[in-house]
Amino acid sequence: MVKITMDRQEMDVPAGTTILDAAENHGIHIPTLCYYAHLNEIGSCRMCLVEMQGKDQLVTACNTKVSEGMRLATNTPAVREARQTNLELILSQHRVDCTSCVRGDNCSLQDLANNMGVTSQDYEKELAAQKWDMAFPLIRDNSKCIKCMRCVQVCDKIQQLHVWDVLHPGSESDIGVRENLPISEVNCSLCGQCVTHCPVGALSERDDVPRMMAALADPDVTTVVQIAPSIRAAWGEDFGMTPKEGTVKRLASVLRHIGFDYIFDTSFSADLTIMEEASEFLHFMGDRPDDNLPLFTSCCPGWVRFAKTEYPELLGHLSTSKSPQQMFGAVTKTWYAEKMGLKPDQIFSVSIMPCIAKKSEADMPSMTREDGTPDVDLVLTTRELDRMIKSEYLDPRSFPESELDDPLGVASGAGVIFGSTGGVMEAALRSAYYFVNDKNTDADTFKAARGQDGCREVDTEINGIPIRGIAVNGLGNARHLIEDLKAGRRQCDFVEVMACPGGCVGGGGQPIHDGEEWAARRAPTLYNLDERNTIRFSHENPSIKEVYKEYFGTPLSEKAEAVLHTHHSAAER
Amino acid sequence: MSRLSLDTTTAAEQTASALYQSLQLRMAAAPTASCPVEIASAYTHLCHSQSCGKCVPCRIGLGQLENLLEAVKKGEATEATLDVIERTARSIKNSADCAIGYQAAAEVLRSLVAFRPDFENHIQKGFCSAPRQGIPCVQECPAHVDIPGYIALIADHRPTDAVKLIRKDNPFPTACAFICEHPCENQCRRNLIDRSINIRGLKSYCVDKATEDIFPMDKMAPTGKKVAIIGGGPSGLTTAFYLELMGHDVTVFEKRKHLGGMLRYGIPSYRLNRDNLQRDINLILDSGVEVHRDYDIDSAEAFENLKNEFDATYIAIGAHSHKALKIAHADARGVLSAVEMLRGIGDGNLPDFKDKKVIVIGGGNVAMDVARSSIRLGADVTIAYRRRQEDMTALPAEVEGAIAEGCHMDELMAPAEVVVDENDQVTGLKVQPQVIGPYRKGRPSPRAADVPPVVLDADIIVISIGQSIDSQKFEDAGLPRQWDQLDATAETTFEGHNGVFSGGNCVTGPATVIKAIAAGKVAAANIDEYLGYDHKVETHIEIPEPLLHDRVPCGRVEIKERPIGDRKDDFDDVELKLSDEEALQEASRCLRCDHFGYAAFREGRQRTW
Repeated sequence: MVKITMDRQEMDVPAGTTILDAAENHGIHIPTLCYYAHLNEIGSCRMCLVEMQGKDQLVTACNTKVSEGMRLATNTPAVREARQTNLELILSQHRVDCTSCVRGDNCSLQDLANNMGVTSQDYEKELAAQKWDMAFPLIRDNSKCIKCMRCVQVCDKIQQLHVWDVLHPGSESDIGVRENLPISEVNCSLCGQCVTHCPVGALSERDDVPRMMAALADPDVTTVVQIAPSIRAAWGEDFGMTPKEGTVKRLASVLRHIGFDYIFDTSFSADLTIMEEASEFLHFMGDRPDDNLPLFTSCCPGWVRFAKTEYPELLGHLSTSKSPQQMFGAVTKTWYAEKMGLKPDQIFSVSIMPCIAKKSEADMPSMTREDGTPDVDLVLTTRELDRMIKSEYLDPRSFPESELDDPLGVASGAGVIFGSTGGVMEAALRSAYYFVNDKNTDADTFKAARGQDGCREVDTEINGIPIRGIAVNGLGNARHLIEDLKAGRRQCDFVEVMACPGGCVGGGGQPIHDGEEWAARRAPTLYNLDERNTIRFSHENPSIKEVYKEYFGTPLSEKAEAVLHTHHSAAER
Repeated sequence: MSRLSLDTTTAAEQTASALYQSLQLRMAAAPTASCPVEIASAYTHLCHSQSCGKCVPCRIGLGQLENLLEAVKKGEATEATLDVIERTARSIKNSADCAIGYQAAAEVLRSLVAFRPDFENHIQKGFCSAPRQGIPCVQECPAHVDIPGYIALIADHRPTDAVKLIRKDNPFPTACAFICEHPCENQCRRNLIDRSINIRGLKSYCVDKATEDIFPMDKMAPTGKKVAIIGGGPSGLTTAFYLELMGHDVTVFEKRKHLGGMLRYGIPSYRLNRDNLQRDINLILDSGVEVHRDYDIDSAEAFENLKNEFDATYIAIGAHSHKALKIAHADARGVLSAVEMLRGIGDGNLPDFKDKKVIVIGGGNVAMDVARSSIRLGADVTIAYRRRQEDMTALPAEVEGAIAEGCHMDELMAPAEVVVDENDQVTGLKVQPQVIGPYRKGRPSPRAADVPPVVLDADIIVISIGQSIDSQKFEDAGLPRQWDQLDATAETTFEGHNGVFSGGNCVTGPATVIKAIAAGKVAAANIDEYLGYDHKVETHIEIPEPLLHDRVPCGRVEIKERPIGDRKDDFDDVELKLSDEEALQEASRCLRCDHFGYAAFREGRQRTW
């Protein structure tokens, strides 16, 4: 412990603590902007400056550690002047377009300017434009970039894809796609982590809400919407709702009010994915390739894009089962359309996803029907969903809960936990066990898969055969694991990969809480729903039984292969 | 009203002059990693600010040149812009009235050639491919020693840890403490404030204060792989040390009686005493290196046999042969080569120079070593050099040391002929006085003055005009050469010769010890990889947080030397150590570029290699 004084308050602080943390722990709030704990502690924005006795120069609180006898003041004239001047300098290179900015109501820069009372500016505007492909699912507006470096850091350190770089040193210092290449030409996984780590509106998803509204306004189409598992853990945050308030059933009522015809659940098709993938896994175990590498999941499109650019040689090891989103789209425009007597092109199939990569997945030619229409017509992120609700001037709290529609709105708890790292593996093992033993094990048998660590191992056995599954999240962790597997340093049978830290609950399309990771606080919502669900096994979902009985027969049947499976090609991203 | 008055300096003029001085300091610490286009543009802007405004090319042309360069920098230019830049700069160079204009344009023209790929990259791709700023001292050190790290440890009173940390990248901290040319100090950011940190002084302090010598990391599990090192100098021993720590089985083959290479056979002990050299070698040997001394790999066949016996081979034979001077009677009795003389001293055979007149030919560090050794052997020494003293390639401190110890400096004297008596014994050196002239290849070149040659009396002449490499046998074995240098890649490899590596002086030609060590480090990493491993060298030491005082201008502590009268008759250390007080003050001057600046974001500390 070291003794310090901050704003005349004496504190005992553990050695090694930063000034920022010491202040926060003692109720003193120091503003930050570029700072992101454990990721970006580089002191570039100078908002967290404080005054230290005995030193003329101000010090940054975010990356300076306390030392014995330190006397600090966080709000002196020198501090205020320096913070305000630096803030104005940042603003001189920021397109201040708050009224029509996607982050207009959630912007750390705006908060700072408001709080510090910056109402006029002494500096000339210097806005640097860059060209951008506005059709790409990820959008970057260089004129709003404040060069905090967070996007560079998250892509370097967490995802290890190095998409972003500092394009120039010196006065032209600028962030952009590595080597100033077009974004579609680099290995961007579209995980969207740069978006959720951006403190301003420089990075966002392609805004597909206008297309959504046009479809809703078209009297000739039936709008079918699927809600991804993790949406129920997050969509209410933008309205200040707790997970208990922001339920999927309340969302169903809101969407019905907006005009959607059928409200369904991606957790249903997650169950369908399990039926196919667990069967595929049992086949795989019975006919293991010589290289001894495991079967990888393929439900995360960020991961699949990553595999296509970084490890194309592994594509043969990815499950051929389509992702839940795409299975849903395929089932909707086949079995469900037939059942409802609709033509596929009369259906506008929408998915609400925690994810930006899902937009590109839905657009892939292999996910398009023979008539040229896509299985999933439009993908909205959680943030777009919330913006759409806001634009309708709705108060979601005032809506009652209502059931999702039958039959594609019925899901097991196993389908719901798909939204968290480890959830796919746990759900698959539950059903694999049943397929082998013809009886269920306790639903919590494989709970070792749960947790937030980057890489978790589950050792189990099914019918005397030892099985090792690994759940990995974050693409840097995935790369590390793959290198170990390829070098023979680790072995396993099954790997679940989710590109985003924490899985879809931490997805790149989820609501943004600047400077905070919310995956760990969202995951319990999904596990609680699983625990409370009377159906906890995908194979027990009555709608799943129905779809096999009426349409597919059995998992991996010819029809199932044709509709529910795909071929992963590195050429298609 | 008086007719004349003395010039006085106004406060504004004084401040302007201070700004220029500060600019000089800034340039001295210029980050090498800057955008070349921006530097050219900023340079042009500065030159333009110096224009008096009388003539067109300079008054208008430099401004337009800057506009064009700015367009390139901003990515608004096309290929055609480059042509306009070239034409404009050429015209200014050819037409400006005074040097303010034409010199500026000449430099822009030069940078246009040198930076062509950078200019084109800006235009075609819209980004700057120049390397980014890192930690200046670490980047400049060929072996990339963690300099801010060990300076912080010194400031934290942990000299033993400091030396351990140095050994992560350089197993010769003690030797380098005395004789490293310290390129790390050149671009020290402290130059922006006052002067660079005395990094070598601090290294010398911490090796002196360290209570024990320890491996930078624990030895790894044995791999059973066998590596042969030809040459037990700094490069070979560096490779041997790290490969042993990585668990490989290393054998060094040394041609001479002792290990150390040029550190022993090239550098006199008053600069690096043998105990200090042995200290580094002892720790290297403790790692388990097997050594065969007096073992010459003397033929292509011997090399082939060795290669077949071992899994990998590193050739680090240095540059130990002398370059001959092609003048009459250069082989007379009393004419020695510098390498020959220093080698003898290295083996403990001191020549009898008592009261002899010795002429040393050359102006490099080795010439100074020979001259100062001769002084210690009781000789009357003259250094004959064909350029000016300021053109000498030796470190200024070495030249000053030689003069202080009593060497006569005969500059602008080109050797013409060795004068001999009837017994072919040297009696003097005939030299042709020179006039310094125009620059060639960046250096002013001398030419014979319009005066007759003169003869300088001499009993001994030591020729120190460079070293060559005994590399014929390796060419016979199929390895490529450039002149006498082995033509290895920057990865210390040879294309088409798997498992054979080479580095140090035998590849670069005579160069600094730290470059040889760097080559040894590169070779160790690449040999490890070649053998199928990915062993990481890493030292687990927490680097202390930066001190938080303001960095105000403060004098640089210099290394003191023993008084001349005291030191010039023995081969003991010339240099003295920094005191605790001096070292701690010097360490506290460090700006900690590992924490402040770009390195906090990228290009920062490399904890492993």
